Amino acid sequence: MLEVKDLHAKIGDKEILRGISLTINDGETHAIMGPNGSGKSTLSAVLVGNPLYEVTGGTVTFNGKNLLDMKPEDRAHEGLFLSFQYPVEIPGVSMTNFMRAAINEKRAYEGLEPLNAADFLKLMREKRKIVELDTKLTNRSVNEGFSGGEKKRNEIFQMAMLEPKLAILDETDSGLDVDAMRIVAEGVNKLRTPQSSCIVITHYDRLLDMIRPDVVHVLYKGRIVKTAGPELAKEIQQRGFDWIKAESES
Amino acid sequence: MARMIIYSGIPSNSGKKVMETKSSDKNEFVRQVAEQKYEFGFTTDVHTEIIDKGLNEDVVRLISAKKQEPEWMLDFRLKAFRYWQTLEQPSWAHVTLPEIDYQAISYYADPMAKKKDDGKPKEIDPELMKTFDKLGIPLEERLALSGVAVDAIMDSVSVKTTFKEKLAEKGIIFCSIGDAIQQHPDLVKEYLGSVVPYRDNFFAALNSAVFSDGSFVYIPKGVRCPMELSSYFRINARNTGQFERTLIVADDDSYVSYLEGCTAPMRDENQLHAAIVEIVVKDNAEVKYSTVQNWYPGDENGKGGVLNLVTKRGELRGVNSKLSWTQVETGSAITWKYPSCVLRGDNSQAEFYSVAVTNNWQEADTGTKMIHMGKNTKSTIISKGISAGHSQNSYRGLVRATSNADNARNYSSCDSLLLGSDCGAHTFPYMDIHNDTAVVEHEATTSKISEDQLFYCNQRGIPTEQAVGLIVNGYAKDVLNKLPMEFAVEAQKLLSVSLEGTVG
Repeated sequence: MLEVKDLHAKIGDKEILRGISLTINDGETHAIMGPNGSGKSTLSAVLVGNPLYEVTGGTVTFNGKNLLDMKPEDRAHEGLFLSFQYPVEIPGVSMTNFMRAAINEKRAYEGLEPLNAADFLKLMREKRKIVELDTKLTNRSVNEGFSGGEKKRNEIFQMAMLEPKLAILDETDSGLDVDAMRIVAEGVNKLRTPQSSCIVITHYDRLLDMIRPDVVHVLYKGRIVKTAGPELAKEIQQRGFDWIKAESES
Repeated sequence: MARMIIYSGIPSNSGKKVMETKSSDKNEFVRQVAEQKYEFGFTTDVHTEIIDKGLNEDVVRLISAKKQEPEWMLDFRLKAFRYWQTLEQPSWAHVTLPEIDYQAISYYADPMAKKKDDGKPKEIDPELMKTFDKLGIPLEERLALSGVAVDAIMDSVSVKTTFKEKLAEKGIIFCSIGDAIQQHPDLVKEYLGSVVPYRDNFFAALNSAVFSDGSFVYIPKGVRCPMELSSYFRINARNTGQFERTLIVADDDSYVSYLEGCTAPMRDENQLHAAIVEIVVKDNAEVKYSTVQNWYPGDENGKGGVLNLVTKRGELRGVNSKLSWTQVETGSAITWKYPSCVLRGDNSQAEFYSVAVTNNWQEADTGTKMIHMGKNTKSTIISKGISAGHSQNSYRGLVRATSNADNARNYSSCDSLLLGSDCGAHTFPYMDIHNDTAVVEHEATTSKISEDQLFYCNQRGIPTEQAVGLIVNGYAKDVLNKLPMEFAVEAQKLLSVSLEGTVG
């Protein structure tokens, strides 16, 4: 699915990713953990093509294609999805119109006709249920006036609508209470298929209790310094990151 | 004390980060804008009788004679002309209006002339029919948009008015102002210049002296006009000005919805368009006036384009009368236009909804005046400015309540959206309140489309251009929703096209 080799990236003059290599196979869920400022969000931003970051070295292949050559919208059409840590408000644009534009752009990319209004609304209804998102919210402008929890649920709703091959959840648990986290995690689990993969970026293991990863990576100073099974998340929960930092610096 | 509430705020999307385009993107952007076609820029090759350039009393007499006008009409024109000669071109608007050489313009161009003088009924040159077909305004009734009657005007002459007979069955008069002067002189005499007198301003005086054609509408008492009425204005001939004049009278208890559209060919020199629209609304009557203005805006370097200098005003003479102006302004090099309402009748209500888009080097100074004179009058102003490129976009509005205007109520909301960092948005609200019971509110916001918003759309698979269209249409929604359905769809497309390539 995804093959990252020796990826380097900077923002302004500051190098943040210093040689990341990562392979994710179909159906796998990988957790990326690490202390603040280790480059977790930068990695997700670079993968989806955020223009604020500049890639200075390395390659990224997504289902055989060179991801770094693609425009952000084409990466999305190829099946890459980011659940934003801070979802953006777009006043005046209703969720319905926003999603319709997104779905129809994707269909156009795949050479399909736009979805008619009835089918589209039916799809909205089905997918809304997955994250228990109120109709009220889908009638509002994109993320405008949504609570923190509603914004995150709205991200997972969009993920359900777009059915990505690889979803990146960037700190989706931050700012969520236990109930909201459960709804989000259950939503993500319902959307998992043997073909779809997931990257879960998080500080804590609470979310990983609900979304079970196959592999856990620890990112520190722009490099992956440790890779292990799900038990690593538990260990970090008990011991923090300091021992890993020490290990990597020795 | 009159209460005045001013809110001013910047919404959350007010760009933490301004859209910045890298220089390579900027070249790309300029190229895209340059290649973006003004869809209506073609010219029609039709025999057109054009009088010599220049303006003097003889020209005014000649125009009047060509239109075979009665003596009182010529007097009206001459008075206006003599007054105009005493005036200076105004310079207070926030636009760089070029020094116009009024002697270098021809004041009358008649594309129908060839067929006129043989005494037979007028036949329309097929080229003209084709032109209007191309503009999406078929003049054959069987092809026409159902439910819309059209008065099609090219240069100085009304080419055709559709559904005239059908409307006449209800007593509705819908014809060119030229025909109205001939056939309904009493009505024209009573109302022409009664809302916008020729002394109103420089361009109003000019128009009153040399106006050529435009539409006349009279809705009799108690009649609800069964179809949308519309005028379509087209400038074709070179170096001519268009001076249209429209007069709408809605008698007691009547209703009419009126649409206006306009386009012009792409020409390197500026074309002058100085129009007057007057509306009279009587007891319990309602008029809705919608404009989609798409005059040629000039090229990407600011060369050419229409100078759109327009006086539009409605007088709500009757009790409980209603008037609403809705305008979508995307064209013209310079726009100077303030569709206004005089709320004379008690309980009268007026609305002004506007979306003004400026791109490249366009300049717009537009807004409204709400003059409250009757008791319990109410007005609403919703203005949305969108600026891109190097353009300047100004809202200018006056809210006045006279001493008799007990309980006058106004709500104004003026929003500006900026695309890019080289354009300007300005707001000039004036308030002149002479009654203690009046309540006037004014809200204003300025926002930018942020890079974050565009990237969020991109990540969901929506390319930047479409994202801008989505956001701009969302921003203008409150105004677009006021347009009649057929127009709203066109206006949405127009907004997206006008802003194509503005974000690199």
